[in-house]
Amino acid sequence: MVAVRQLEEAYAAAGVDPGFWAELEQYLGHYVGRPCPLYFAARLTEQLGGARIYLKREDLNHTGAHKINNTLGQAILARRMGKSRIIAETGAGQHGVATATAAAVFGLDCVVYMGAEDVRRQRLNVYRMELMGTKVVPVESGQQTLKDAINEAMRDWIATVETTHYVIGSVMGPHPFPVIVRDFQSVIGRETRQQMLEMTGRLPDTVVASVGGGSNAAGMFYPFLEDQGVRLIGVEAAGTGLDKRHSATIAKGEPGVLHGMQTIVLQDEDGQTLPVHSVSAGLDYPGVGPEHALWAESGRADYVSATDEEALSAFETLSRTEGIIPALETAHAVAHVIKLAPQMDEQQSIVINLSGRGDKDCVEVARLRGADIA
Amino acid sequence: MSASNSGTNRIDSALSNASTGLWPFIAAGYPCLEITEALLKAMNGLPIRGVELGIPFSDPIADGPVIQHAFSKALDGGITLSRIFEMVSKVRSEIDYPLLAMVSASIVYRVEIEPFVKKAGDAGFDGFIVPDISLEEAPTLAKSVGEQDLRLSMLVAPTTPADRQERIAAVASGFLYYVSIQGTTGARNALPADLESQVRALKASTSLPVLIGFGISRSEHVKEVCRYADGAIVGSAIVRKISDSVKEGKSNDALVEDVTGFIHQLATG
Repeated sequence: MVAVRQLEEAYAAAGVDPGFWAELEQYLGHYVGRPCPLYFAARLTEQLGGARIYLKREDLNHTGAHKINNTLGQAILARRMGKSRIIAETGAGQHGVATATAAAVFGLDCVVYMGAEDVRRQRLNVYRMELMGTKVVPVESGQQTLKDAINEAMRDWIATVETTHYVIGSVMGPHPFPVIVRDFQSVIGRETRQQMLEMTGRLPDTVVASVGGGSNAAGMFYPFLEDQGVRLIGVEAAGTGLDKRHSATIAKGEPGVLHGMQTIVLQDEDGQTLPVHSVSAGLDYPGVGPEHALWAESGRADYVSATDEEALSAFETLSRTEGIIPALETAHAVAHVIKLAPQMDEQQSIVINLSGRGDKDCVEVARLRGADIA
Repeated sequence: MSASNSGTNRIDSALSNASTGLWPFIAAGYPCLEITEALLKAMNGLPIRGVELGIPFSDPIADGPVIQHAFSKALDGGITLSRIFEMVSKVRSEIDYPLLAMVSASIVYRVEIEPFVKKAGDAGFDGFIVPDISLEEAPTLAKSVGEQDLRLSMLVAPTTPADRQERIAAVASGFLYYVSIQGTTGARNALPADLESQVRALKASTSLPVLIGFGISRSEHVKEVCRYADGAIVGSAIVRKISDSVKEGKSNDALVEDVTGFIHQLATG
């Protein structure tokens, strides 16, 4: 608790310090390459025959996903707190790579916890992290995936809080983490809002983003919250089906406590965490950020789901029609838009948060499709 | 029968006569519930002050590898809350010492606070340790626990500032649980050099007894901390003894004998 209170104080002080935001903006502009483009997907729009579809190109950021927006912010915060070491959890490895990158650029020591199962499945990302000087620790406990990596990172932090900052990768965990991560990711929605106004003269009718823990969706949705005319849709992973193996927390979960937050979780009646599944390691989490639970309850955002197969098909569709290979996480949002766009008229518009690129998923998709490229 | 019916809470009684000593921790359902039941009964004849029964949880963030392993084996073996409560209510009349449940907030909130506290009290638990509940969230639970005349022990860490220690003590009942080290549960070779001064300072600021846990693994440690604290909690070292006996393929009786022998040695040096 002392650790999160110290973080809350440090973030409150940073929040009112223009120097802090100026430094972050400097890095986002010259190192990450922001603002990233908003792109009108003409061929996808034509093929689906309905609403005009725009893609917010977070995949063009340095390291290939939205995760870097948050890790740079938290690394600058860690430095302000006088901490010389950062740690993180990672599932597919995108947040781990983004944390390793921030550690390298700011000269911080870095350890990333990663489920042993994910270490085997994502060797390339493990190698990228190691190249940047980060130590990757395989986690052998539990299901050996994302939630177990979070457990292990929290255990590390309990013992090392005096020197170490825990860079949580999503809008989850104890307060103030969900707020901090949402704020750092809100650059996505702020840019999108302005870019839509500049390109089309109006706001989008619908904004769609994938939801695991929910950081890319929170960052996209937050700046649109007051725009009641903009429909917000989060897409969870339905895995092999909502009645089978999935990680659709909002669709199938119940109120509960996990990892220091009270939110919607996938638990059994005793409060034990249930096994989760998704074809995308980044959505494979049995909880969801508490603010998404709030937006689901208030009805401000709608939450739907897409199956593994729908996501794989969307992965291929976007690659063929637009020459953009999306991350499998992102492909869930694309999959929903493939269903939604034809039901809307040509005057309407949809923005998809293209949260990450799919290079990391090519080996896995090839394997699932029966091609051997490894 | 819940503690409320007996008039005095057993935790208070055990700590009131200034007798310091050992509070062993074991994990419910590890390696199986029958052995947990046998251990609870066997410990009644030992020179211990009370017992902490760990309720297995899928994601025990405050625990090191030994207790994690025991919890995950117990869950694989099909342990449930209702089976634990049933077993405790069966053995309660045969044991005299206070029994605390060490339980994650995830479990308490899932069952919901009031029903959880009521069911645990009815089963025969005298109090709770909820290692992952914060001071800010604790008052609601403390109120329910108090209404059942049960006790809620709260954790104080080496990093907890003095003003926060006082606020924790105001919510806690029974005793304060001082976490001897920064980190997760698990045996350590040596106790921290400043443990005595830390604990003496804490005791000076509260009327509650103070027990020390985390990292205590030897009879010398128990004897040492009992000089200035009101008791010592040993968990991982005992659970490791259980898992060693399991690995050696011992019979249930031999395992219980081994483990009670080890606890006796911890308690008496």
